[in-house]
Amino acid sequence: MKPILEVSNLNYIYSVGTPFEHKALDNISFSVERGEFIGIIGHTGSGKSTLMQQLNGLLKPTSGQVLLDGEDIWSDKKLTRQARFRVGLVFQYPEYQLFEETVYRDIAFGPKNMGLNEQEIDRRVREAAGFVGLTPEQLEVSPFDLSGGQKRRVAIAGVIAMEPEVLILDEPTAGLDPVGRAEILGNVETYRRARNATIMMVSHSMEDVARLTDRLLVMNGSKLAMDAAPAQVFSHAEELVQMGLNIPQVTQVFLNLKKLGLDVANVYTIEQAVAEIKRLRGGAVNA
Amino acid sequence: MLKDITLGQYFPGKSVIHRLDPRTKLVMLVVYIVALFLADSWVSYGLMFLFLVSVIGLSTIPPKAIARGMKPLVVILIFTGVLNLFFTQDGTVLLHFWIFTITTGGLSRAVMMMSRILMLITGTFLLTYTTSPIALTDGLESLMKPLKKIGVPVHELSMMMCIALRFIPTLIEETDKIMSAQKARGADFETGSLMERAKALIPILVPLFISAFRRADELATAMECRCYQGGEGRTKMKLLHYHREDFLSYGVGAALVVVVIGLKTVGL
Repeated sequence: MKPILEVSNLNYIYSVGTPFEHKALDNISFSVERGEFIGIIGHTGSGKSTLMQQLNGLLKPTSGQVLLDGEDIWSDKKLTRQARFRVGLVFQYPEYQLFEETVYRDIAFGPKNMGLNEQEIDRRVREAAGFVGLTPEQLEVSPFDLSGGQKRRVAIAGVIAMEPEVLILDEPTAGLDPVGRAEILGNVETYRRARNATIMMVSHSMEDVARLTDRLLVMNGSKLAMDAAPAQVFSHAEELVQMGLNIPQVTQVFLNLKKLGLDVANVYTIEQAVAEIKRLRGGAVNA
Repeated sequence: MLKDITLGQYFPGKSVIHRLDPRTKLVMLVVYIVALFLADSWVSYGLMFLFLVSVIGLSTIPPKAIARGMKPLVVILIFTGVLNLFFTQDGTVLLHFWIFTITTGGLSRAVMMMSRILMLITGTFLLTYTTSPIALTDGLESLMKPLKKIGVPVHELSMMMCIALRFIPTLIEETDKIMSAQKARGADFETGSLMERAKALIPILVPLFISAFRRADELATAMECRCYQGGEGRTKMKLLHYHREDFLSYGVGAALVVVVIGLKTVGL
């Protein structure tokens, strides 16, 4: 099967021909399979946000291509517009973009722009609300009467209602408390399972990406520095630190244990750590 | 993109013009405009042009940047030029077709009016290009101080201006972000009838207003936390002082007006 998204030799330069010219993306290439959960990590200003806006056709590449299902999204106006719906983009702090009188109407904004009929819009709004755990009563209140976490879930539902094949989220958990974070990440995972959707998530939480993602894209200085499974990426701890990034705390703890002479494997999630400690203790008892 | 708008953008620098006291620059701008409106002959226009060019030279602002700021004015300039060209009817007839007559008087009047507007705007731009918004409001506040006696809240006005200037780039950035987010949900701002386009602005304006109010609220709280209570008894970190070049500028300004008036009376 064709990869759902394919990016080849993508370059993007801001403000071409002015003193403020700045290369934001430098020869980026990668491809994404259906149903993958991909994490994007990188220091502030490394080009993550610019890259995201390339994938749904909000920004036009200076050179290079973005292929959606094998077709260049810039080859035809219709395809560009379709890319907006097929690749859903949730910006940072999306709750600041709510504007309608009721939650229902705000979620319906995307499907309405797609030109769907009333029935289909209604189905999509209710399903999207279900994915993010909003009750039918909440659909009728003003979005501005909700709490911060609820507002964000409304905003995410507004994108999910377009039923995108690829859902891209820019730091969906920024500024939320632990319960709110877990809820949002759970909603995203539910949507992926239900629709076999591809998820791409920008995050600064190494714990979250280690636990959730199948693959990590590491951006550094406008370039794609690494493209590998989390385990592999986090084994390059020193390089990551040099890029202004970090490794999960638990990985750090186990690396230090190793330095102290303990025979432990590299771990990057709490579950693995627990298993590893059990193994060690079991070994110690037997010996 | 929206970011590319130059809205009286400040070009940091260390030239003589940059170093002048903001009050001097403000007064000089008024003097310059008065002189410009007094001037009505080619000789005095030439003099004004010479003055403007030397100030641009001293300011080290690249002429290209000034030219770029003129772009939005092209329509007004052409409009003025055309109006004056066809509606001034004196001197000898140069060209006559259908109902239009172009005369030497009309031609010279059109050129004069266009160069007057051009020089007027360039002068104003020079002020904002070489003076930071903070210095500008400081200068305004200091110049308007006498108005306090008749009950004008001078400090409050300049503080409001300062805050408004400070938030222009922030709000432009915010607008950009909200537009992208709504576009990602399929909003279309480029096609449709006038009514549809106006309606398409609602998804941008509502979040923009909400965030502007939120920011204003946060700023007010932050200012109150630092015991801000208006201009009463408030001292300044940077006091304005006149230097030698300021007095020199006032001299040049006075000379300019005198010479222009002189030329006018002589009839040149």
